[in-house]
Amino acid sequence: MSLDPATVRRIARLARIRLDDAEVPPLQTELNGILGWIEQLNEVNVEGVEPLTGGAQMALKMRADEVTDGNIRDAVLANAPDRAGDYFAVPKVVE
Amino acid sequence: MHDFTIASARAALRAKKVSAQELTEAHLDAIAALNPRLNALITVMPETARAQAAAADAALARGEAHALSGIPLAIKDLFCTGGVRTTAASRILEPFVPPYESTVTANLLRAGAVFLGKANLDEFAMGSSNMTSAFGPVTNPWTRRGDNRALVPGGSSGGSAAAVAARLALGATGTDTGGSIRQPASFCGIVGIKPTYGRCSRWGIVAFASSLDQAGPFARTVEDCAILLGAMAGHDPKDSTSADVPVPDFAAACTRGVKGLRIGVPREYRSDGMAPEIEALWQQGIAWLREQGAEIIDVSLPHTKYALATYYIVAPAEASSNLARYDGVRFGLRKDGEDLDQLYENTRAAGFGAEVRRRIMIGTYVLSAGYYDAYYLRAQKVRALILRDFTEAFRHCDALLTPTAPSAAFGQGEKMDDPVTMYLNDVFTVPANMAGIPGLSVPAGLDAQGLPLGLQVLGKPFDEETVFAVGAAIERAAAFNVLPAIRAGA
Repeated sequence: MSLDPATVRRIARLARIRLDDAEVPPLQTELNGILGWIEQLNEVNVEGVEPLTGGAQMALKMRADEVTDGNIRDAVLANAPDRAGDYFAVPKVVE
Repeated sequence: MHDFTIASARAALRAKKVSAQELTEAHLDAIAALNPRLNALITVMPETARAQAAAADAALARGEAHALSGIPLAIKDLFCTGGVRTTAASRILEPFVPPYESTVTANLLRAGAVFLGKANLDEFAMGSSNMTSAFGPVTNPWTRRGDNRALVPGGSSGGSAAAVAARLALGATGTDTGGSIRQPASFCGIVGIKPTYGRCSRWGIVAFASSLDQAGPFARTVEDCAILLGAMAGHDPKDSTSADVPVPDFAAACTRGVKGLRIGVPREYRSDGMAPEIEALWQQGIAWLREQGAEIIDVSLPHTKYALATYYIVAPAEASSNLARYDGVRFGLRKDGEDLDQLYENTRAAGFGAEVRRRIMIGTYVLSAGYYDAYYLRAQKVRALILRDFTEAFRHCDALLTPTAPSAAFGQGEKMDDPVTMYLNDVFTVPANMAGIPGLSVPAGLDAQGLPLGLQVLGKPFDEETVFAVGAAIERAAAFNVLPAIRAGA
């Protein structure tokens, strides 16, 4: 399947990346090139195969459900682009 | 001073033939002289390095020699380093100074290492040439015979590989999601290993594709890589996928030899159109191992040809999710907008480079409603078949031997016409990431233009020892002693 310009814009919107109109046609060509090449996976018979989700062939370890970190407010806020007191500041969200 | 290996520098430091401060100053001088040309390091840390070297000298004087006391290293700028700017070679992290230290770098510091600086890379480790770095390309210290044009060092850990090859550092850290340690090691004529998934903690490493990312070392010998990996590896409760298994003496494994080992040669790696000199080098490697007493076995990995396409679904999908955190709110770049959505969109458009944006969009698409089953779920099933291929092959052999990359280093600006051409660089390295198995690249020869070529050794999960044994056997037979044109002390 091939992406049309509206789909390219929709994906960019979902990914929260602003696209200028001039960026759409080259991106459409590149993404279609990649997706067209990926189509080869349709040749593979995956009937009855369980999907492999992780890189480790082991069961994940459990740990006690207890707090092991915290009280590092200043470290958490140290790289904030904008802050108001002890909070991250953003543009007004609710009128 | 620049011809030390980690092993020989360690011996000289312990014998007080050289001090950590002398060794560090020599490397800082080399960086000052050559980094403007190579662009291998984004950030140089002279004060930190000098303080760490002084501390190493004090420890050595007290008779407290740790595994890496006084050994100067470069750190891929994907590892968070406490109090030192970390960029991932992206504008979107400008500025970001981590208040914490990654587990791998903390392990190296505990072992006494000296950090010279943060090495350049493809943006967010997405690339095979180091051309996508927001801090500019890295120049490979090697050049073609009679041709001074700048070549790429490979990627994504291109700065790490170039720094070690040009003798700006004795070793370096890298990360490997689809070949990002092994391909640059091959392009720069040095050794690099991606260990088993879970061998090194991922905590504090800027995430790309979490089920594939794995840290590993670069060095100029197999033994040096083994020493470094021994210091980097180990279980970490802060990474739930870090393996709670003992770390063996990797360096001791380098002297084991290959007598009696069964080495598999996967027939599907012999692709149509493989360069004759790559094919010849591979045959040479097979002959070397046979001469040293290994048994060569023909094996089949039937899903090899699908590994790369599978990777370009799985890795972008994971990346689109991991990189959602760069929103301009909590750290890094912010480009304001009239509302929160505009702030996100403006920040991410300004902060991410073209390749990162492409991969985020591919990932977003293959995970989106209506396409998840056709792309992402199918890719995960093919990934299971790739793992099954390796599991079956390792029933018949102890390790596999393949070429590392389909070519030697190429020119800066080449293979940039369409993304897929660049992706094909990783055709031999990606399957190991899909299966989570260890892979090492060792320099084995030169191509007709005088550029280094590597051979790849793949092993069973958590059997890096056999990988090191086979790599060291190839290293001994190849006796690769050609040096790059651009290097300290040249």
